[in-house]
Amino acid sequence: MFKKILIANRGEIACRVIKTARKMGIATVAVYSDADRNALHVSMADEAVHIGPAPANQSYIVIDKIMQAIRQTGAEAVHPGYGFLSENPKFAAALAAEGVAFIGPPTGAIEAMGDKITSKKLASEAGVSTVPGYMGLIADEAEAVRISGQIGYPVMIKASAGGGGKGMRIAWDDVQAAEGFLSSKNEAAASFGDDRIFIEKFVTQPRHIEIQVLADSHGNCVYLHERECSIQRRNQKVIEEAPSPFLDEATRRAMGEQACALAQSVGYTSAGTVEFIVDSARNFYFLEMNTRLQVEHPVTELITGVDLVEQMIRVAAGEALPFAQSDLKINGWAVESRLYAEDPYRNFLPSIGRLTRYRPPAESTTPTRAVRNDTGVFEGGEISMFYDPMIAKLCTWAPTRAAAIDEMRVALDAFELEGIGHNLPFLSAVMDHPRFVSGEISTAFIEEEYPDGFQGATLDTALLRRVAAAACAMHRVSEVRRSRISGRIDNHERKVGNDWVVNLQGEKFAVQIAADASGADVGFDDGTRLRVTADWKPGQPLACLIVDGSPLVMKVAKIPGGFRLRLRGADLKVHVRTPRQAELAALMPEKLPPDTSRFLLCPMPGLVVKISVAEGDEVQEGQALATVEAMKMENILRAERRGIVKRLAASPGASLRVDDVIMEFE
Amino acid sequence: MKDILQQLEDRRAIARSGGGDARIAAQHAKGKLTARERIDLLLDEGSFEEFDMFMAHRCTEFGMQEHRPAGDGVVTGWGTVNGRIIYVFSQDFTVFGGSLSETHAAKIAKIMDMALQNGAPVVGINDSGGARIQEGVASLAGYAEVFQRNIMGSGVIPQISMIMGPCAGGAVYSPAMTDFIFMVKDSSYMFVTGPDVVKTVTNEVVTAEELGGASTHTRKSAVADGAFENDVEALSEVRRLIDFLPLSNREKPPVRPFFDDPSRLEPSLDTLIPENPNQPYDMKELIHKLADEGDFFEIQAEYAKNILIGFIRLEGSTVGVVANQPMVLAGCLDIDSSRKAARFVRFCDAFEIPILTLVDVPGFLPGTTQEHGGVIKHGAKLIFAYGEATVPKVTVITRKAYGGAYDVMSSKHLRGDFNYAWPTAEIAVMGAKGAVEILYRSELGDADKIAARVKDYETRFANPFVAAEKGFIDEVIMPHSTRRRITRAFASLRGKQQTNPWKKHDNIPL
Repeated sequence: MFKKILIANRGEIACRVIKTARKMGIATVAVYSDADRNALHVSMADEAVHIGPAPANQSYIVIDKIMQAIRQTGAEAVHPGYGFLSENPKFAAALAAEGVAFIGPPTGAIEAMGDKITSKKLASEAGVSTVPGYMGLIADEAEAVRISGQIGYPVMIKASAGGGGKGMRIAWDDVQAAEGFLSSKNEAAASFGDDRIFIEKFVTQPRHIEIQVLADSHGNCVYLHERECSIQRRNQKVIEEAPSPFLDEATRRAMGEQACALAQSVGYTSAGTVEFIVDSARNFYFLEMNTRLQVEHPVTELITGVDLVEQMIRVAAGEALPFAQSDLKINGWAVESRLYAEDPYRNFLPSIGRLTRYRPPAESTTPTRAVRNDTGVFEGGEISMFYDPMIAKLCTWAPTRAAAIDEMRVALDAFELEGIGHNLPFLSAVMDHPRFVSGEISTAFIEEEYPDGFQGATLDTALLRRVAAAACAMHRVSEVRRSRISGRIDNHERKVGNDWVVNLQGEKFAVQIAADASGADVGFDDGTRLRVTADWKPGQPLACLIVDGSPLVMKVAKIPGGFRLRLRGADLKVHVRTPRQAELAALMPEKLPPDTSRFLLCPMPGLVVKISVAEGDEVQEGQALATVEAMKMENILRAERRGIVKRLAASPGASLRVDDVIMEFE
Repeated sequence: MKDILQQLEDRRAIARSGGGDARIAAQHAKGKLTARERIDLLLDEGSFEEFDMFMAHRCTEFGMQEHRPAGDGVVTGWGTVNGRIIYVFSQDFTVFGGSLSETHAAKIAKIMDMALQNGAPVVGINDSGGARIQEGVASLAGYAEVFQRNIMGSGVIPQISMIMGPCAGGAVYSPAMTDFIFMVKDSSYMFVTGPDVVKTVTNEVVTAEELGGASTHTRKSAVADGAFENDVEALSEVRRLIDFLPLSNREKPPVRPFFDDPSRLEPSLDTLIPENPNQPYDMKELIHKLADEGDFFEIQAEYAKNILIGFIRLEGSTVGVVANQPMVLAGCLDIDSSRKAARFVRFCDAFEIPILTLVDVPGFLPGTTQEHGGVIKHGAKLIFAYGEATVPKVTVITRKAYGGAYDVMSSKHLRGDFNYAWPTAEIAVMGAKGAVEILYRSELGDADKIAARVKDYETRFANPFVAAEKGFIDEVIMPHSTRRRITRAFASLRGKQQTNPWKKHDNIPL
């Protein structure tokens, strides 16, 4: 076994690999750029080597720098993580040339699977089900239209070198096929310098289901069942689970066996993933093979009990797999939520900055539940603009899908994350979405269910009542504490009452509370009662309560005269008042939020470097108004419509927060 | 007998109905509560005892004798806030527009006298059209009677003014002399002369809101210390403020049960100071992480944002915080921030509230606006306030403490009790670049030489240890242990006794 390995990556995956290496008694070497000097993976590793400036193309993906770090530290093997150099055959070759083991597949396998057309041909030859389509090069529109007709509409026109939706078109008829061919070709030429195009059947209502394979150098290859990754936003996976709620045993076996066949046909070793799209009739078609560890591998580990990183290391060291296919059972259900530094209320705009608070739920494993959080950040750390905006991968496991989702709901509610915009509320909302809960999902789920973006979840009445009962109990505890201040007039203390009106953002609940040593009974108008128990103390930012026998977890903050409560994707302003206070509060006028359309607001915390207009200027739509620098990146803010600049509220040199006014229009 | 008892109830009912249903409805239509409703929200339920409910004016001019409503447009009395006594007056806009008569003033004066005698705060709820014109000079006399009591009470009992409607002319000066003024957005305004007079005299057209609304007074004039969305929120928040304040200068600040570990470590503070010395960070994060339960009652949040002031608790007990804010003007001191902080320091000192000072100050803001505006004397106010304060003073320098501004911010030399610095502190006469340009003027043409000099200066002086060697810094502390350190420091200072030489009063550069 290796004595020392180098992890040619950063963030959560570097930390993930270090954990397993440490468990196996292997020393670890981290590499880091300028931006990652204080990063978690650096402090976790036994050694760390600085490899250059923040941008990845000057540090993490520069092969020479990684090779230099290997020579300097004497690492015997390299784990590439995902992204960066993980699927770069040149890197694998460079390692081989110096006798350093690559904890991944052989160079040939990486190359074979790296090209979409080649890999599809190989898959087809290995007996893997592929999407009907034309793999050859297409000369012109006429040929494109003819081929499309043969395959049958709808078809997908794709750039061979494509990725991330670029150079991709869907055509429903001949006209669209001709147009799509031309525009894909142009886009592909511009984006990838490779204008090869292919056409295939477009699968409607597709699901993204992938098979994890693991192969050793002794000819063994197994599949560790599937992961369903259909919940995606713009081809970025957001929520994954294992197993899939859709596959039956026969389909699973067929997919698994085909995936192994493909792996073996290219002499694959190590962990790999064969991605399929699956249509509503459970027809599955090969998409591509990822020759690396996947981001979402933890869900597979949770249902199989296999440490994939450990097996990758062992395989790289020449060991044989310790299990056969028949040993690999599916145990329970695992769900993964990817936490991104993306503000769901601002159309998922990336958010960067300091994590002023970062308290994930405690990791734990019991026979009936597990919580796992793979992360590379820490409280007080920085989310920088240079890398992937993923903060953490929160996974839960339970014997059933419903229970795993339930665990996830609570874990997300208990996840404290402040300082930057993040998608926690969105993840929570999906966990409560009836369609997700039913398992009737497709890769179009987010587009179809959130066509206008995300504005926060609406809680149902039953949940609102639970929140109302909890808020009332918490308010009472706070008020009792206040009434115990020093300097009271003896024997004339304030008596905290039992009748309250809870106002949950306009929805009112009149309640009566009967508190005792272990909690409180909260009675509603209609005679129903909810029992609240908690050891919540005033000022604590996280409230973990039991309401009516089941957990209710909320983030709590103070707002003038009340609480801000966040749970289940909702962000509620809550006021608990005495009946008299409530009666008077009802007389207060409803104030509309100020109209911000007349203002240019700062979209991110940053420094104003330039104001491009003067007061009184008439500006056109799209005209540059100001430049804000955030994390050394200049962002040009442009006019959304025509207008006249009334007032400049900020000048160059000012550091602004999100939503600070930069200028006002007439 | 029963009839007589009933008579009392009848009279009370009439008095409580104020100006009658129509006027009450009009008050509500403006988004405002009535004088008594406001008292209900300010005080603990059922704790209000009213004085002078039946008092009526004695004016006989302009037919006033025909209309002598009980209470005369102001509700006065006492009650409790979380069991602690306070006195209150609340002007009733539904009775003569809340205008101030001789009698109305006498009612206010009575409770102020009692508050001063008994050592309890006064909360004044202002909603008044101004002087009662019919009473002429008697009304003016009434104002002055109140002024005199504001002055006598200043520094003895906390005085808080809530502006919840108009407050114009002579009426503004009583609030102006109290410790805190809070306004309600969109339904209150304060000015010496209203828009009509302004138009007549200066030809300037201005709305009441622009001239003296909450936004004007919290952002531009600093007359007000805060503004709230509506009456309910305002009164709920003033209760929260009262929980921070001692009842009088005879008592220690209040203590309440707390649920936050005084030794709580905050590892994230070790990365609060950015690597780039010119990059700002949010000082509020530090305040929130030091305070019990992250609870910070900020005063003048919208004004002179380059300095932060307000109240927190440590071990359940009130501490006043003054902190430079690097997010705004790099945390420089200037006229506005000096005035803002100086008045706050004096309030804390007057009421035995210990002061925590968090320092990251690159100096005083340069420029003609500042100099011509008298930054010398305004800056001196803050030095003066710190220097005369005898309450426990704990200072933490997080980053820059340059030049005269170092001296100002509760330095050792101004009788700071505990002067801590983080390892990231730079305590020097000025920034490296500026210093080198003066010290090595002859080498200015040689960029490499200057760069080397700057580096050398930084190594030698941009740290807390030069000051620590001289004893100006008592301890260099780890950022993550700051809460534990300052809590212990304040705990050790509970017995502090310090007196200034006898004087009639000092002569602070006003």
